[in-house]
Amino acid sequence: MSREVIGMIFILIGIMFDFFGVLGLVRLPDVYNRLQAATKCVTFGSAGILFGVFIIQGFNNFGFKVLLGIVFIFLTSPVAAHAISRAAHRSKIPLTPKTVVDQYQEDNELKD
Amino acid sequence: MRLLRWFVGVLIIAAFLYGNFFIYSGVILYKLINVILFCALFILFRVIFGPSPADRIVAVDIMGILIVGLLALLGLAYDQSFFMDIGLIWALLSFIASLAFAKVLEGRYLDE
Repeated sequence: MSREVIGMIFILIGIMFDFFGVLGLVRLPDVYNRLQAATKCVTFGSAGILFGVFIIQGFNNFGFKVLLGIVFIFLTSPVAAHAISRAAHRSKIPLTPKTVVDQYQEDNELKD
Repeated sequence: MRLLRWFVGVLIIAAFLYGNFFIYSGVILYKLINVILFCALFILFRVIFGPSPADRIVAVDIMGILIVGLLALLGLAYDQSFFMDIGLIWALLSFIASLAFAKVLEGRYLDE
């Protein structure tokens, strides 16, 4: 019984992270800001949901599949976010006018 | 105009939360699944109205991670473990799709 309560608390925390990450995806002004907010929050939120399901289910077949899902998400999501942000910067999608510093652009200018 | 957009957004979110948690009578797990579907609606807004192609790619990537959490909750609601099989395959395919979209956005092709 207490196991279900702890699992539901983890699921609630994960859903709150999902919701605020998606709110950042809608509200923020720039591609890079949106990617920063959404990818990190939604990755942690989905991992929280999966961990809550694992705590509720225990060590049966569903629980092990959920653990494997956490490993997949934590391995693949930052790689995809990094690839998308680098591709967006190389295809010259403009930054927001409030940007203070852009060190990747400065490094490319130094190389050329 | 800016204040009007703020007001409409807060009104939509407040109406959804009130209707989901106070009017709709169901199991608590179904209410949580409704919250995730509402987040997916925001992501579809960003896919349709995104100003640049990178916004749409970010939104599709986020959608793939969000659906893994949704499938875990569905498996918990129906007490079946095969939903998580779909979730694992969805996570890997979403990762590969994000890398392919990033390469196409950068201007290269898949075999370089």
